[in-house]
Amino acid sequence: MDFLNTHLLSLILFLPTIAALIMLFLPGGETKLLRWFAFGSSLVPFILTLVLWNGFNPGQPGFQFEEVYPWYEALHSSLHLGVDGISLSMVLLTTLLTPLAILASFSVTDRVKPYMMLFLFLETGMLGVFMSLDLLIFFVFWEIGLVPMYFLINQWGSANRNYASLKFMIYTMGGSLGLLLAIQMLGVYFQSYDLQYIVQQWNSQPADAVLMGMSIYTVKKIAFWAFVIAFAIKVPVWPFHTWLPDAHTEAPTAGSMLLAGVLLKLGAYGFLRLVLPLYPVEAKMFAGALAFLAVAAIIFGAFGSFGQTDFKRLVAYSSVNHMGFVVLGIAAAAVAAGTNEAHIAMNGAVLQMFNHGLSAAGMFFLVGVIYERTHTRNLEEFGGLFPLVPVYGGILIFMSMASLGLPGLNGFVSEFMVVRGAFPVLKVYTAVSMLGLLFTGAYILKGIMKVLHGPINEHWSHGEHKLTEINTREILVALPLMALILVIGLWPAWLVGVINETVARLF
Amino acid sequence: MNFPILSVITFLPFVAAAIMLLMPADRKTEVRGVALAAAAFDLLLSGWMYMQYLLGGLTGYQFIEQYDWLPALGISLKFGVDGMSAPLVLLTGIVMFTGVLISWGDYDEKHHLSAGIQDRPREFFSFLFLLAGGVFGVFASLDLFMLFFFYEIAVFPMYLLIAIWGWVKTREYAAMKLTLYLFIGSVVALVGALAMYWTQYQNTGILSFDMLQMEKAGFSQAFQYIWFLPVFLGFAVLGGIWPFHNWSPDGHVAAPTAVSMFHAGVLMKLGAFAALRVGVMLLPKGADYWSDLIMFFAAVAVVYGAYIAFVQPDLKYMIGFSSVSHMGLVMLGVSTLNYNGLLGAGVQMFSHGVMTALFFAITGMIYDRSHTRQIPELGGMAKIMPFATIGFIIGGLVSMGMPGFSGFVAEFPIFMGVWGSQWLVAVIASISIIITAAYIMRNIRQVFFSPMPEALAEHHITDVTVLDKVAITTLCLFMIGVGMFPSMMVPMIETGVQNILRLLGGA
Repeated sequence: MDFLNTHLLSLILFLPTIAALIMLFLPGGETKLLRWFAFGSSLVPFILTLVLWNGFNPGQPGFQFEEVYPWYEALHSSLHLGVDGISLSMVLLTTLLTPLAILASFSVTDRVKPYMMLFLFLETGMLGVFMSLDLLIFFVFWEIGLVPMYFLINQWGSANRNYASLKFMIYTMGGSLGLLLAIQMLGVYFQSYDLQYIVQQWNSQPADAVLMGMSIYTVKKIAFWAFVIAFAIKVPVWPFHTWLPDAHTEAPTAGSMLLAGVLLKLGAYGFLRLVLPLYPVEAKMFAGALAFLAVAAIIFGAFGSFGQTDFKRLVAYSSVNHMGFVVLGIAAAAVAAGTNEAHIAMNGAVLQMFNHGLSAAGMFFLVGVIYERTHTRNLEEFGGLFPLVPVYGGILIFMSMASLGLPGLNGFVSEFMVVRGAFPVLKVYTAVSMLGLLFTGAYILKGIMKVLHGPINEHWSHGEHKLTEINTREILVALPLMALILVIGLWPAWLVGVINETVARLF
Repeated sequence: MNFPILSVITFLPFVAAAIMLLMPADRKTEVRGVALAAAAFDLLLSGWMYMQYLLGGLTGYQFIEQYDWLPALGISLKFGVDGMSAPLVLLTGIVMFTGVLISWGDYDEKHHLSAGIQDRPREFFSFLFLLAGGVFGVFASLDLFMLFFFYEIAVFPMYLLIAIWGWVKTREYAAMKLTLYLFIGSVVALVGALAMYWTQYQNTGILSFDMLQMEKAGFSQAFQYIWFLPVFLGFAVLGGIWPFHNWSPDGHVAAPTAVSMFHAGVLMKLGAFAALRVGVMLLPKGADYWSDLIMFFAAVAVVYGAYIAFVQPDLKYMIGFSSVSHMGLVMLGVSTLNYNGLLGAGVQMFSHGVMTALFFAITGMIYDRSHTRQIPELGGMAKIMPFATIGFIIGGLVSMGMPGFSGFVAEFPIFMGVWGSQWLVAVIASISIIITAAYIMRNIRQVFFSPMPEALAEHHITDVTVLDKVAITTLCLFMIGVGMFPSMMVPMIETGVQNILRLLGGA
């Protein structure tokens, strides 16, 4: 037990990789074995995360379950892991969504072994970002997650996958370039990559310090934007979002689930973990710009979504819309740092990250379910499917309502908190963003209407194309998501309690 | 007297070459067997030497041996390795072993398959081993005259290997161009070396080519300013430094597979290593004075090489120019003359050596089977040779500096080093990362995952052989090992860097 407690984070982090390496030696033809092995080994980190959650003490300041192992000693970088309330909730989201995504991909029959292995590698990559307390290690995991995702899209994606995967890769790597350089600059300057040390030192630099022949004031501003652009691309914030609809649309269902559910959160997490602590002054200075971009993302995301005829693209644009609220919350917290408003907005932002993870993964999954049966995502070709697939229809409406922000479900809580926190400090932006919320309702209802209601499309009602109902396995994927959506909607305190303590200390 | 491990490593290939030449020409399998056994033994020896250095926590020059050669002129056969050269000796062992493995080949008259070396293997392996012995000699020599001696021994067999076994269309041209380029470079460097030898005699009255002695020769500032450039650039020609690089891609393309592996994997390191050992370490003030110019050349090579690689339709030219780009990073690291930069340069020499050997090996396997290297004419290789596909992907990830692989461990400190001296160059050079990612990903997709063109499908392409797989696995393991656990190599290179910094400190 003692070993478990002292190595909990590294176990959660590396178990998926170890499982993937074991899979390498399993016979490639035994698809059933491979599926269940992958599913089972992704459940273990989830169970360990529950242990972690249980052992986590929200009231204790700083990071918990810290582990330090030497890694690249010559550069003073070590594998330093640790969680606080924010990262813990993200770890939970990741370890929850990965088994669900694997369960959702039991229908994949093409090259099951590498497919499942890539998912497990991806899980390690994502978890590493949330756990690392060392800038170099953060960057390592940040980049490494790209590789499995690239191949998942490129190999198991749909028609336009080559374009989409390369765009995803180049966009994200290009964005990370500034991050890479800025991290190196910090590393050279401080002779350390330890996050806590750098945050503390960086903020206590004298105002007249000179760095590379420029005043520290200028350097910080440039480095701030280098960080922001990298994370803004990942979130994605308008106008850096154009990779997202392509990548989402072309990715296999489970890939989209994790892409929307977790990968987008990496960007937002970067804002919380690095940008705000490292650059509080610059963040406050440029918060207006961030809020503007966030509002643009909310509104244009909603419009973009409404204009789609492709079901998956519609859901993809909705991610831009929803993640806009996260960024709005972050901008508000930057302006009002230290006040109660900041705490509320930030709580809302983190909760929105979690919630969007649940509902976006759910929505992409449901799109995948119907796509598998009909082999089309074109909204015009659906219609009136509700009587044919009542259970599916019910689940779809439930998920959509969560996405829409119906009170009683999770989206409402977090969006309300963001707006409540942001309104006193960013009145105009928040007011305009409410317009976006209106359009959110519009596109979600459009989606439901086009798929479930209206005159029935006879093509699906009989004959060889007869639409079959959602099966048990698929229900099992949706069920945990729905349960959590409802629980958070009705009683958010269990989650917010953990987040709030950390947020109140940090921001 | 300890076991003379360095001279055994160095002279074993010569002995093996002699044995092979004495064998009957038609006993091809036996010849190959001797080659493989000698190469495996040399790899084991160099691995053992490496581990002793690493695990023993050794510093400075180790395994020193000295035998008089021409005492009247102060020439002796003096061997010894430090933290910089020991990994390169190991690298040479790796490339030699894998080079023999992939040259073994597979012959099938029915399918017109003649992979590896089928034509006069006896002579081929003999020349290859002469080359390998020369390379070992350069890395191990502590005597400037011997360094030149082995250097020329290494260059000469290249000419024959390319001109006889090379690609029919360009081999004469490429062999001639390569040899002339390298001879001009080494002659210029030799003049510099003689100047050093003579000046040392005038200063101290000692007639010696011993480099450890020369470090203390007290060369005047003016002398160092004048002679640094000829010596450094003379060697750096072999390192493929821009603007003297253009022999290199031609040579790569024309050479048979194993020779390309040697050429890019080891021979280019020879140039960079000799430039470092003779140029920077013996003439530190000159290095300091000219470092900006070297940095400029290197930065151009990094970006320009990547860009040219991006537009190459020929797979081998693509890799050839990517080598120019990556060797530019080595030179960039050297030109910073600081701890991080030199450290990164040391790791990059090893990392690039293994990576590019892997690239050329797999390209050779593809070419032997498809008889084309034109990227647009290739496709669908993943289904036929999955193992080689994974190898190429891993090589690609190393090439683009993906964290978790050795390329990242190398490039990160190089860029940090550049930050420490000229930050703008770091920003510019980092563009190459994106270009590299773009061409690597594009080519992987085209060659391995696109549908196979019809013209190619007629070739009855077969999977790679078991020996090929062993070679690929060996190379991949080193790249992943160093990438995941930098402490496998970095502490050793650190001691080498300390030594260089000590000399530079006197500048």
